[in-house]
Amino acid sequence: MGIFLSLCHQHMLLAWRSGHTTLIVTFLFIAVTLMPFGLGPELALLSRLAPGLLWVVLLMSLLLSLDRMFQADYEDGTLEQLGLLPLPMELIVLAKSLGHFIALFVPLLISVPVAGLLLNIEAAVLPALMLTMLAGAPALTLLGAIGAALALSVRRSAMLTVLLVMPLYIPVLVFGATSSTRAIAMSGQIDWPALGILALMSCAALFMAPLAAAAALRVALR
Amino acid sequence: MVQKQVFFQSVSFVNNLVLRAENLACARGARKVFAQLDFQLKAGGAMAVYGANGSGKTSLLRLIAGFLTPRDGALSLSGDGHEATQCHYLGHTDGLKANLTVAETLSFTARILGHDGAALDLSMLGLTAHQQQMVGDLSAGQKRRLMLARLIIAPRQIWLLDEPLTALDEQGRQLIDQLAQDHLATGGMIVAASHERLGFAGHRLQLNRQNHDMAAV
Repeated sequence: MGIFLSLCHQHMLLAWRSGHTTLIVTFLFIAVTLMPFGLGPELALLSRLAPGLLWVVLLMSLLLSLDRMFQADYEDGTLEQLGLLPLPMELIVLAKSLGHFIALFVPLLISVPVAGLLLNIEAAVLPALMLTMLAGAPALTLLGAIGAALALSVRRSAMLTVLLVMPLYIPVLVFGATSSTRAIAMSGQIDWPALGILALMSCAALFMAPLAAAAALRVALR
Repeated sequence: MVQKQVFFQSVSFVNNLVLRAENLACARGARKVFAQLDFQLKAGGAMAVYGANGSGKTSLLRLIAGFLTPRDGALSLSGDGHEATQCHYLGHTDGLKANLTVAETLSFTARILGHDGAALDLSMLGLTAHQQQMVGDLSAGQKRRLMLARLIIAPRQIWLLDEPLTALDEQGRQLIDQLAQDHLATGGMIVAASHERLGFAGHRLQLNRQNHDMAAV
């Protein structure tokens, strides 16, 4: 347990120190700020599109962050040291994913209400929107871990990671965005069935993704 | 006369541990690196692996560490309770993070290696004055010294050292020698790949494509 928490803590510390958290959050704000320029200043239109747009921007910010999940560890030899630990690789993946979630996903989630203001989002919708994002978060982080681990041994793998992970993100996006749009129609009420499906995806990812990512990491160590 | 310092105390290693390679072959992708390699190394023994570039020195260490799987033949450990044997692997890459300070690196290393938290005397690494410095600002030799901390922090019976002398000054080389000799005296085992002569190694293995030479020094 001590090793698990240390790994998680180190991942968070490094994400923060290397300026990665700041970069990702800035990216989210820049993308959201540009939306009204592209779509025009029609407030009704913006507020109707806001939940979907925020979901897409969130996913893109997250995709941008996946590159950092294992790449640095692979390049500087930390992965070899982790491979020698008595801790199973699956738990190492979970520890890193948890660190990634806290250091990068949580700051993004906190930025969503502020970014929503720029899109004229209705305040009543925000709790439902953020709840669906939170329910989908484990799935997004862990599916990302699979992609990041798979692309490791390839040079310049950032592009490959994005291409591998994008199709896996689509179901999460579909359920997340539709339930958020429905929340507007139901004036901020939470769409429980969709939320349930997102939570289910997260649970499935929690069990299966560490196995897949750990296998990919072992191959990368060869 | 300088008091000889003993770094390792109260370490319980498997005292009849034997590392054995039989007809071992290794391949990277389609390329055969080496084949028909046989050797045997007992607890307390150290083997220096020599060979030209690309002869498979690093691959052999990675095979022993378990990162690679043999293409042919077998690599085995035997001895009472050898299942619990762990190893240290010091490779070409240092496994250090540029954005952490030396003190943070040391405490992180101690925690993940399961050190009990007792105060460690790491003054022999010569990094005491650099505790608050970022690892990224250290020189190559200082990073190498920081890597050596792993060997001292957690006792592991098998040490796999890839070019251990790289970037180290004379004092650093003596430090490695001292650490290695203490390790062997407590029943440890070392396999080291190098281009230079290693003072502590009692056996040498010359890797050729086939017909490898194993000899006592």
